[in-house]
Amino acid sequence: MSYEQLSAFAQTSGMIYFMAIFAAVCLYVFWPSNRAKFDKAARMPLENEDIDHVR
Amino acid sequence: MEPNLLKTKAMPRFDIIFTCSVAFLVALWAVFATSHAEDLGMAFHGWIFLGAAIAATLGLVFTAHGTALQNDQSTYSDGVIRFGVIASTFWGIVGMLVGVVIASQLAFPELLYFKDFGFLNFGRLRPLHTSAVIFAFGGNVLLATSFYVVQRTCRARLFGGMLPWFVFWGYQLFIVLAATGYLLGVSSGQEYAEPTWHVDLWLTVVWVAYLLVFLGTLWKRKEPHIYVANWFYLAFIVTIAMLHVVNNLAVPTSAFATSSYPLFGGVQNALTQWWYGHNAVGFFLTAGFLAIMYYFIPKQVNRPVYSYQLSIVHFWALIFIYIWAGPHHLHYTALPQWAQTLGMTFSIILWMPSWGGMINGLMTLSGAWDKLRTDPVLRMFVASLAFYGMSTFEGPVMSVRAVNSLSHYTDWTIGHVHSGALGWVGMVSFGALYALTPWLWKRERLYSLKLVEMHFWLSTIGILFYISSMWVSGIQQGLMWRSYNEFGFLSYSFVETVKAMHLPYIVRAIGGLLYLIGTCIMAYNLWRTVDGAVAKKEPLTLSNPNLVPAE
Repeated sequence: MSYEQLSAFAQTSGMIYFMAIFAAVCLYVFWPSNRAKFDKAARMPLENEDIDHVR
Repeated sequence: MEPNLLKTKAMPRFDIIFTCSVAFLVALWAVFATSHAEDLGMAFHGWIFLGAAIAATLGLVFTAHGTALQNDQSTYSDGVIRFGVIASTFWGIVGMLVGVVIASQLAFPELLYFKDFGFLNFGRLRPLHTSAVIFAFGGNVLLATSFYVVQRTCRARLFGGMLPWFVFWGYQLFIVLAATGYLLGVSSGQEYAEPTWHVDLWLTVVWVAYLLVFLGTLWKRKEPHIYVANWFYLAFIVTIAMLHVVNNLAVPTSAFATSSYPLFGGVQNALTQWWYGHNAVGFFLTAGFLAIMYYFIPKQVNRPVYSYQLSIVHFWALIFIYIWAGPHHLHYTALPQWAQTLGMTFSIILWMPSWGGMINGLMTLSGAWDKLRTDPVLRMFVASLAFYGMSTFEGPVMSVRAVNSLSHYTDWTIGHVHSGALGWVGMVSFGALYALTPWLWKRERLYSLKLVEMHFWLSTIGILFYISSMWVSGIQQGLMWRSYNEFGFLSYSFVETVKAMHLPYIVRAIGGLLYLIGTCIMAYNLWRTVDGAVAKKEPLTLSNPNLVPAE
């Protein structure tokens, strides 16, 4: 495999790999049914008034 | 509570068996190391290991009959976090003090050069400073906050019985071994990875135990969702394990000598070293402290995270991109040009997730900006985010090859590192320590908010002194190094560029001193808070924001 072939393969597959992961993250993040879960999760630090004991 | 206790008693205590076996093996090796050591460093470390093994055994024996070793699942494990807060404060002062000393050595080399005391020379003290502030101060802050946050957001006691204690004391042992090694002149010679092979092996054992504690706590969580701060902590723990092991692959010259041969040589060694070095910044000094941001800022302003969706995009973007940025440390070296360009490109892309995180932290304050006026601890957090935004913009700029040709090997780099380390890591850590202390020791409030305010201004002004003097000296240095006369010769000899640094170096030492004084004020304030004292001029009723008079 020549340097040009290797670098073309590395660049293309790298781009696809990164785009695919970014797309997957965005789909997960903006999927409508996940909305409620994330809104609840955003409040998690605020919900441990009982700081000594496991509830 | 009763059935829980019975269940725990019936189970074999793997944590105690593990700790005893480790102490036994360490003691066995240490006895031989003290007698067969081939160099002073190894003999010294043999005695330290032996002392630690004996102390661990005695500690277990003396706590075994009481209730200290019981593992009550209905309470959180907070004792180890209290020790973490104390250790962070202690190592913070030590590390920053050494920083002021070496800054003064650079400013006044003829006054502070001790010919007869090799261990006080810059070359030995410099790794002591970097390791003490990054790994001892920063590392203890991360240990303490991660143990606190993972328990609260999982609603579960730390996993592993006394394993968190093993992690804490094992990590302190690592710090002592690394620090004494540097002073004795024992070093593997790789920046931020100076500890020698036996100390590296010990850190690996401790780190695997840390990972087990963290994963085990996540495993038994009562909340279905894993909060974003825990994702950042987990990325920090896992990636540091990988970086540490790969960068320190080496073959020791003997079982009882500190010297070793690294597995990689030449440019491969350089690339691995900066893959490690830059990701120590990315995963130790960034991911771990972003976890602090995502828990402590919402808690301090009492508002939910601005955008949880952004936090998820932020997390995945940051960890996938950071790992590629290391080659920007090797511009214009034997590293292939395409690898340099790759590192530079990823460093520039990294600007976006960095600022995404900063904006998410800052916007968590939206609707509560007035609290900045009354809460100096919150001001600490906000200033840390401002410095985070500034240094994560400066970093990508400096990674551009053309800019790097001016900035590399100059004090500009040192200034950049310190705007991140003092501004972002330091101030977010101070904020977390100020928040944790009253929670952990059940105090209504800190001893004095005025002292927090004084600390805030001392550290902010100290940082400004530091980074502006380093901009001046760095750019001046870079310009002097690259200036030629009409015959094509260098215009300045090297020593002339060193002489030109004198004034900026004095200003830098003053900046560091102000920052250190601020940290000492924090230590006093935290100590009085633990003591249960409240400043006479600031009675508790004033801490109620409703009673603060309008201006």
